[in-house]
Amino acid sequence: MMQMGMTGAVLSLVRRDLLLAWRRRADVATTLFFFVIVASLFPLGVGPEPAVLRTIAPGVLWIAALLSCLLSLGRLFAVDYQDGTLEHMLLAPQPLTALVFGKIAAHWLVAGLPVVALSPLIGLQFGLSGDAIVILSLSLLLGTPTLSLVGSIGAALTLGVRGSNLLSALLVLPLFVPVLIFGAGAVASSESGMGAEGHLSLLGACVVLAIPFAPWATAAALRIAVE
Amino acid sequence: MKMERINWFQWSSPQALYPLAGKLIPWFAWWSAVCITAGLYMGLLVAPTDFQQGDSYRIIFVHVPAAWMSMFLYVVMAGWAAVGLGLKARPSFMMAQAIAPTGALFTFLALFTGAFWGKPTWGAWWVWDARLTSELILLFQYAGVMLLHASIDDLRRADRASAVLALVGVVNVPIIYFSVRWWNTLHQGASISMTAAPKMAATMLAAMGIMALGFWLYSAAVTLMRVRSIILERERHASWVQMERVS
Repeated sequence: MMQMGMTGAVLSLVRRDLLLAWRRRADVATTLFFFVIVASLFPLGVGPEPAVLRTIAPGVLWIAALLSCLLSLGRLFAVDYQDGTLEHMLLAPQPLTALVFGKIAAHWLVAGLPVVALSPLIGLQFGLSGDAIVILSLSLLLGTPTLSLVGSIGAALTLGVRGSNLLSALLVLPLFVPVLIFGAGAVASSESGMGAEGHLSLLGACVVLAIPFAPWATAAALRIAVE
Repeated sequence: MKMERINWFQWSSPQALYPLAGKLIPWFAWWSAVCITAGLYMGLLVAPTDFQQGDSYRIIFVHVPAAWMSMFLYVVMAGWAAVGLGLKARPSFMMAQAIAPTGALFTFLALFTGAFWGKPTWGAWWVWDARLTSELILLFQYAGVMLLHASIDDLRRADRASAVLALVGVVNVPIIYFSVRWWNTLHQGASISMTAAPKMAATMLAAMGIMALGFWLYSAAVTLMRVRSIILERERHASWVQMERVS
């Protein structure tokens, strides 16, 4: 039997996870609806004042995206852990870090990208201008991969632990702070005329830092969890 | 003369660490009491009154050393976690576990005294100042490490998982600090900054240094006491612990 190369293995893992997500579309829909509902609750709580809504919109959308990401993180490794697939990934000849990266990429495609795609609609509901919506979507596009990457560490550390979802949220939310600040700050900064480039570059820097580091830490955490 | 090489690994078993910690504790504890008493005396009675803030500034002698210790202890905890992961040494994990509550305590103390300092000087108990905010997030990280350790029943896994979390956190602390600082300057503009405070008198600086030393000695004493309890708890079935109980 021919052995699969690293890229081939990662790609087939992504394909598998996407297929699994497609077969269980309800899970993806749950995450998306959660995002929409959380964002819709804010005007009901804060009041329908357009000026206020416009000011809080970036923060609200970012926090809703953050929470919906947390909601879907619980499923990142849990199913594979239960049915034993994860042990096979650990034993595979390909480096675990690469395989974990594939899992995270699939998670972002399933849970992060739809949120990014839906964000302009919610932005319109909050009365954001066209420019602000573009920057908000861009910041989500650049920032949500970091959420998946950093979140995977929490998901791996709490694998199979009592109340793992809640615990994972507790561990990961403080680590999300920089992404939240730069992401929500991008819109505010462009509104105030300072331009969003600085914030967007910093979001990019966060992803660049997280891409090598987070899968590595996640792989270490998975080894600890499974052995 | 032949130099005797110190074998650092001779304390890398709980059985050897236990009596060593027991010998060191009184030393650390007494000197910490001396330093904290001297520091408080200098800070509260000797140091001159600030001409802007009056006597309310004197909480600085607890506040700043506590904030230093909170960050320092996190790094030390992460260091022991790294040693534990690298060398697979159990006492290192025990040290990391023993440091966490003291670190969290100093973080809380820094926030608490900060609030009492903020009220008379800034007119508010809490300001979303960069230092305060990142200190608050540091408290969340301590809580995360301790809660993760407490939630996992298998001790081996609990040790190693919380070690990974502590290491991830240590990378994150500077990023959080700079992001919060940037966020704060963007949103609040000219808030009162501590760096612009008038130059400190030499006695004030000395008092702060002595307090910091006292807090450090206190942390060492308390950590070693806690590590002894952890050793007894984990090794309760080992024969040497049984012997210790008899004697």
